[in-house]
Amino acid sequence: MSRSLTPVNRVGVEERAAALGRRSIKTTAKREGIRLATSMIDLTTLEGSDTPGKVRHLCAKAVCPDPSRPELPSCAAVCVYPSLVGVAAAALEGSGVAVASVATGFPAGQTSLKVKVDETREAVAAGASEIDMVISRDAYLRGDDRTVAREIEAVKEACGSAHLKVILETAELPTYAHVRHASELAIAAGADVIKTSTGKASSGATPGVVLVMLEVVRDHFERTGRVVGVKAAGGVSTTKAALHMLVLVKETLGDEWLTPDRFRIGASSLLNDLLMQYAKLDGGHYGRAEDFSKE
Amino acid sequence: MATVERAALRWDYAPAPESRDAAPLKPRYDLFIGGSFVAPTDGTVVETRNPATEETLAEVAFAGPGDVAAAVDAARGAADGWAALPALERGKYLFRIARLIQERARELAIVETLDGGKPIRESRDVDVPLAAAHFFSYAGWADKLQYAFGGRAYEPRGVVGQVVPWNFPLLMAAWKLAPALATGNTAVLKPAETTPLTALLLAEIVQEAGLPDGVVNIIPGDGSAGAALVRSEVDKVAFTGSTAVGKEIQRALAGTGRGLTLELGGKSANIVFEDAALDQAVEGIIEGIFFNQGHVCCAGSRLLLQESVAEEVVRKLWARMERLRVGDPLDKNTDVGAINSAEQLARITEMVEAGEQQGAVRRSVTCALPDAGYWFPPTMFLDVAPANRIAVEEIFGPVVSVTTFRSPAEAVERANNSAYGLAAGVWTDNGAKAFEVASKLRAGVVWQNTYNKFDPTAAFGGYKESGFGREGGPAGLAPYVRLGG
Amino acid sequence: MSARQAVAKTYKLYLGGAFVRSESGRTDPIGGVNVPRGSRKDVRDAVKAARAAAPGWAKKTAYNRGQVLYRFAEALESRSDRSDEIDEAVDLLVHYAGWTDKLAAVMGGVNPVAAPFLSFSSPEPTGVVAVLAPDSPDVLGLVREIAPALAAGNTVVAVVSRTKPLRPLDLGEVAGVSDIPGGVLNLLSGRLDELLTPLCGHRDVNAIIDATYDDDVAKTVDELAAETVKRVSRPSPHTDSLTRLEPLVELKTAWHPVGS
Repeated sequence: MSRSLTPVNRVGVEERAAALGRRSIKTTAKREGIRLATSMIDLTTLEGSDTPGKVRHLCAKAVCPDPSRPELPSCAAVCVYPSLVGVAAAALEGSGVAVASVATGFPAGQTSLKVKVDETREAVAAGASEIDMVISRDAYLRGDDRTVAREIEAVKEACGSAHLKVILETAELPTYAHVRHASELAIAAGADVIKTSTGKASSGATPGVVLVMLEVVRDHFERTGRVVGVKAAGGVSTTKAALHMLVLVKETLGDEWLTPDRFRIGASSLLNDLLMQYAKLDGGHYGRAEDFSKE
Repeated sequence: MATVERAALRWDYAPAPESRDAAPLKPRYDLFIGGSFVAPTDGTVVETRNPATEETLAEVAFAGPGDVAAAVDAARGAADGWAALPALERGKYLFRIARLIQERARELAIVETLDGGKPIRESRDVDVPLAAAHFFSYAGWADKLQYAFGGRAYEPRGVVGQVVPWNFPLLMAAWKLAPALATGNTAVLKPAETTPLTALLLAEIVQEAGLPDGVVNIIPGDGSAGAALVRSEVDKVAFTGSTAVGKEIQRALAGTGRGLTLELGGKSANIVFEDAALDQAVEGIIEGIFFNQGHVCCAGSRLLLQESVAEEVVRKLWARMERLRVGDPLDKNTDVGAINSAEQLARITEMVEAGEQQGAVRRSVTCALPDAGYWFPPTMFLDVAPANRIAVEEIFGPVVSVTTFRSPAEAVERANNSAYGLAAGVWTDNGAKAFEVASKLRAGVVWQNTYNKFDPTAAFGGYKESGFGREGGPAGLAPYVRLGG
Repeated sequence: MSARQAVAKTYKLYLGGAFVRSESGRTDPIGGVNVPRGSRKDVRDAVKAARAAAPGWAKKTAYNRGQVLYRFAEALESRSDRSDEIDEAVDLLVHYAGWTDKLAAVMGGVNPVAAPFLSFSSPEPTGVVAVLAPDSPDVLGLVREIAPALAAGNTVVAVVSRTKPLRPLDLGEVAGVSDIPGGVLNLLSGRLDELLTPLCGHRDVNAIIDATYDDDVAKTVDELAAETVKRVSRPSPHTDSLTRLEPLVELKTAWHPVGS
C-alpha cells in the first residue's frame, strides 16, 4: 500500500525553528528556563563502558543536580541500558526520578520482534517505568509501515504500565514529511512519547525536526484530546540549545506542555552546561567544566 | 520532593529590551544639503516622536520650498563630477556605505524601531541588513553597467528626486539611493514625515564615507516638501507610497518628459490550496500580514483559502495569532509593534469599522496593549463579501480578510480581481500547480510557499495600479539611465 | 470597347478581426475616399476586443507568436504596392518576430538571492496597449509601434495616421490573412482629438505608446494615463527595439523554496 505523506516545507520549517531560536531569554527567564530544562532531562548514559558505579553516580546527580543549589529540581529520569536498570532502580527508589531503559536492540533495532519484546519485559521487570524503543528503520524505509506499527504495538503491550517512548531516529528519515509521517504512525500505534534520536546517529534533535514533531502532537491533541509527549534527544548539549527547545514547545504547544510529563530532553553533557550557566547567573562569573562532576 | 517543585515551574520570557544607550540621539537633526547639515531657510523644525510611547525623540528640520530648491541645486552642481568619476571609484563609495551601515547596524536598528514603531527583531534582522546588502549589491554594478543594458548606450539621467515612505525608512532610502548613485546620478531624497531619523543617520554615513558634497542630499519634510521635490527641475522622480499620491505625481509630471517610477499600494492575495504544507502556510500568512504591523505595500491582506481546508487553516491561524507577542517594539521578543502614527491608527480603525458595518465578522486578538502610543491588535475578518471595503482597499495594518475558493481558476480570478497587482502568495505542494497559478497571477512578485522575501538581486514592483518600474537586480538600474540615445 | 470601371474599395476599421464601419456611421473624406471616422464607442469596442484576445495571445508560446509575426511580414512582402517604406516595415516585422523567444533571456533571469530559494524574474505582457501612430510615415510609423507591442505578447488598439489612413487600414487586411487572431490587433481611423480621451482614459488599457511627437498630446496622454497608472512610452523613430520593448512588459519575480 502506498504511503500518503502530508507535505512539509523544509525551508519554512527551518525558518520558523530558527526564528524561535532568536528569542531573547535573559535574567529571570533564563534562570527559570534552566530549572525547567533540568527538570525535563532524561539523564543518560549509553556506553559500552557503563558500570554500576557510574550509573549510581549519575542517579545521585539526577536526584540532586547541584548540592550547593538545592533550588534546582531533580531530573525527570535516568536512562540506561537494560542490564543496568536494576542498579538505577535501587539508586532512585523513592526519589521521584524515573528509571528509563532503552530496549528493542538499541540503537539499530536490528533484532527480531521476539527479542525486542523479551528485552522490554525484562527491563520493565527490573524496575524501568519508561521504555525508549527504536523503530525498525529498515522496515520503515522499505515502506513497510505495518511492520513498524506491529512492533510498536507489541512493545507497548510488553511495557504494561511503563511509558513507551518511540525513537524515530530522524537523521535516518529522508525528509521532514517522513518525520511527520513516522510521528503519526508511532502515535497511532500507541506511543506515549515520540522521540527524535538515539544519540548514536549523525544528527539528533535539530530544531526543525523537533518543531515538526511538536506540530504532529499538537494536531493529534486537537483532533483527539489525547496527550502525547515529545523527547528531544541527541545534540542538545548547551543551555542555549535547551532553551531553544523550550521556546519551540512554548510557542507550538503552549505552556501546558512545559512539564516533564509532556516534554523531555535526553542528554548527558547538557546538565553540566545548565549548572554552569545557572552558577554564572548567581555569581556573575563564567564557570569552568572542572567545577562540576563529569557524571 | 522533586515533583512538587517541578509542578510549580512556570515559564515566560522576561523583558528583553534592546538598550537605548547603544543609539544616542542628538537633540536636533538638520537638513543634509551639499554635504553639510544645515538649518532650514524657509522650513520648520518639528519634533519626531516614538509611536510606541508618544515621547519626543529629537527635533528635526523640515525643508521648505527654498530648501528643496537648494538641495536640487546642490545635486545639480555635483552631477557632472559624480558622473565623470571612474566607475569603480563610484562603486567604492557605495561599498563603503554598505560597510558603514553594517558597522552602525545596531544603532540604526534601534533608531528605526524608536522612530517607526516596528519590532527591533525586524529592524535588526531585516531592514538594516537588507539596506546594507542593497548598497553592496549595487556598488558592484557601478563598473559593470555596460553589461546591464543589452549593449545599449547609457548615460545617467542627472539629478533624481526620491520620495520614500514611513514603513521601511532606511531600507527604502537604500533601494532608492543605491541604484541612482551606481548609475552616476546625484540624488535628493525626502524621507517620510513621521520617520526621518534613520535617513539622517544615513546622511551621516554618506558624509563619513566621503562622498563628494551634493551627491546625496537628504531633506526631511511633510507632503508639501515631497510635492515640491517631484515638481522641481529634477530629471527623474522615484516614489514609493500610496497609489493616490502616485497618481498625483504622474499627473504633475505629465508632458514634462521626466523619468518616473512608482511603487504604490497593493491588496495582495495569499492563496492556500488544500495540498499545501499547512503549518508552514500558516507561518506564511502570519509573516504576510503581521510583518511590520501590516505596514507593507505587498502585505498578504487578502487570504484566499481552498474551501476544504478553510476551517482548519482559520483555526491554526487564530491559534498562531494568539501567540503573537504585541508590545514594546524595543523588546527583542516582540512580534508586533506599534502602529506608525495616530493618523495611520485612525485609518485602520476606520477601515475595520467599515468592514464590520458591511457585514464581515471581525476577530481581534485580545492582548494587553500599552496605554500610551498607537496600537492595533492582530485582526482577521471572516465572511468577507468581495465588495466589502476591507477586501478591496488597502488597510496598511495588521488586518487580514479571509475568503474561500473551490478551484485554481476561481482562486486566480479572485486574486486578479483588483486594481492593484503588486504581489501574491501561492501555497501548494504541487509544483506544477504552483507554477501555473503563479504564471496567471497579475502581480509583480509571486511567492510560492513563502512570503515577504526580499533580496537586492530580485526585481520588485507592481502591475496595474501598484505602479511601474522595478527595484532590485539589473531591472532596477534601467530607470536611472537614458538608454539607446 | 469601353474602359473598365475600377472597383473602389470601402475603407473600414479593423476591430476584433472584422472589418467594420464606424459605429457612428460617420466618415471623413481623405484623398477622395470616405474614411471611417472612429468614435468613442468604436474605441470601447476595440478595447473590449483587445482585452478578450489578450489571454489567448499571451498564452501562445513565444515560438508561435514569432511565427505569426513572421507570417505577417510575409503577407506584407507579398503585396503589390511595395516601396522602400514597406520593405523597411517588413524587415521590422521580421526583426520583432525573432524577439519573441529572446525577451526572457535578455530581460529576465535567475536572481542569486542570499537564501535557499529559486528566485527568477521574467517578462510578461503588460496587457492591452494603445498606440497613437504618427501621421507619417503612415505604414512604417504604425508598424514600428505595433510590432514590439505584439512581439511582447500584448494586444493592440492603434489609432492610425490621421492624414494618410488608407494604407494603414489596408494593413488590417494583411493582418487578417496572417494568422494574427482576431482582436489582437485593432486599427482605428479618425480624429485624434475625438479618440485620444476615450482611448487613453480607458481604464482597461494598460500601456500607451505615444508616437505623435506632439507636446500637447503628450501632456494630455500623461494626465489621462495617471488615472489608472498606465505605462507611457514615447519612443523616437530611432529608438532601438529593446528600449521599445521594455515599457511593454511587466517583470514578474517568482520565489520558490529549495529543500525537500
